[in-house]
Amino acid sequence: MNNQTSLFQYILKIADNQLILGHRLSEQCSKGPFLEEDIACSNIALDLIGAANSLYIYAAAIEGANKTEDDLVYLRSERAFRNVLLVEQPNTDFAYIMCRQFLFDTYDYFFQQALQNSNDQTLAAIAAKTLKESTYHLRHAGNWIIRLGDGTTESNMRLKNAFNNLWCYVEELFEQDAAELDLVAQGIAVDAQSIKSQFYSHIAEIMQTAGLEIPSGIFMQSGGKKGVHTEHLGFLLAEMQSVHRSFPGVKW
Amino acid sequence: MVKMLHSKEVSFIWDILNEIPDPEIPVISLVELGVVRGVEWIDTQLQITITPTYSGCPAMRMMEMDIEQSLRKEGITDFKIVMQYHPAWTTDWMSEVTKSKLKTYGIAPPQAHTKQRIGALISDAPTEVACPQCNSVNTKLISEFGSTACKSLMKCNDCLETFDYFKCI
Repeated sequence: MNNQTSLFQYILKIADNQLILGHRLSEQCSKGPFLEEDIACSNIALDLIGAANSLYIYAAAIEGANKTEDDLVYLRSERAFRNVLLVEQPNTDFAYIMCRQFLFDTYDYFFQQALQNSNDQTLAAIAAKTLKESTYHLRHAGNWIIRLGDGTTESNMRLKNAFNNLWCYVEELFEQDAAELDLVAQGIAVDAQSIKSQFYSHIAEIMQTAGLEIPSGIFMQSGGKKGVHTEHLGFLLAEMQSVHRSFPGVKW
Repeated sequence: MVKMLHSKEVSFIWDILNEIPDPEIPVISLVELGVVRGVEWIDTQLQITITPTYSGCPAMRMMEMDIEQSLRKEGITDFKIVMQYHPAWTTDWMSEVTKSKLKTYGIAPPQAHTKQRIGALISDAPTEVACPQCNSVNTKLISEFGSTACKSLMKCNDCLETFDYFKCI
């Protein structure tokens, strides 16, 4: 893989995470537990999709194949998406949605913090911008983990189930292939191992405050970064891409 | 003679841009909001540099269209709007005059400097935000996410009105 292809793939990995989670969260619009929370989730979804948009514009320029950000979003199929499995998991109850947010937001916060020091100026600038928004996201999700975990028997039980079901997707966040490690060596990509301990210690701190224990003995899943996804991504893309695929080049 | 290539001075362009209201907060202009970062003639083309407030702010496209329309109205047709990410937009760029306009409009302006506000990862309710209606500082945060990406929702414990607070970022 040459450097340009590696960089392109790396940007896609970051952008796809933001887009797919943003889309998942946008599915909740009008279904929030109460009005303010509904607005919060929609706001966060917008931030995520907005960050993805900036990254796709850059990815399209790096690829140099005369494509636009819309081509990358609407005309790639499942195997070409590089997001982690965590972000594509479908919405169930509110505890599950907040748990998924919390795991991703914690990773994203430390990831963007590190990426703003990248040697790649565009990635660094987008990361500095994204970090401001990620801070709000993480605070929001963390507060909900504490509130639900330390809430009623029902909310605690639901949140515990959510952590048990989602924990198997955590390790994939820190997986890096040879091409990405090459970018790490050049000071472009973030060394995932360098943010791992910050990730786990923040998770542990919040979970402890919430009266929860970190799940143990869970077999870790992976594949998303290589384009091997759970069955849920296909359905998400089918809906997200349907208008563009039915009416190619449509504008509104 | 070279100067005559451009019929409009840069300062004149800034004045035009300063008259374009923010689509969601019409009492302040795009310049006051800090979205416009640069105005420059490059040969015969006018280049306007803007930066997004929030990555996903739906008003950004509207702002670009408003800029385009205002320039065309002045007979300027050869221009380019460039999106810039660095330095990232911050509420620190707002002047005191701009902040007081927000307050009069009913939005509590951003407090303090972002350096003092960013970074808390657990609870970070802004303290002593004055209610724009009755000036009481006996207020509480309802949600960090309000009617637009840039605002939080707060409530005054004295006059009982809810109000928008312009987030510090």
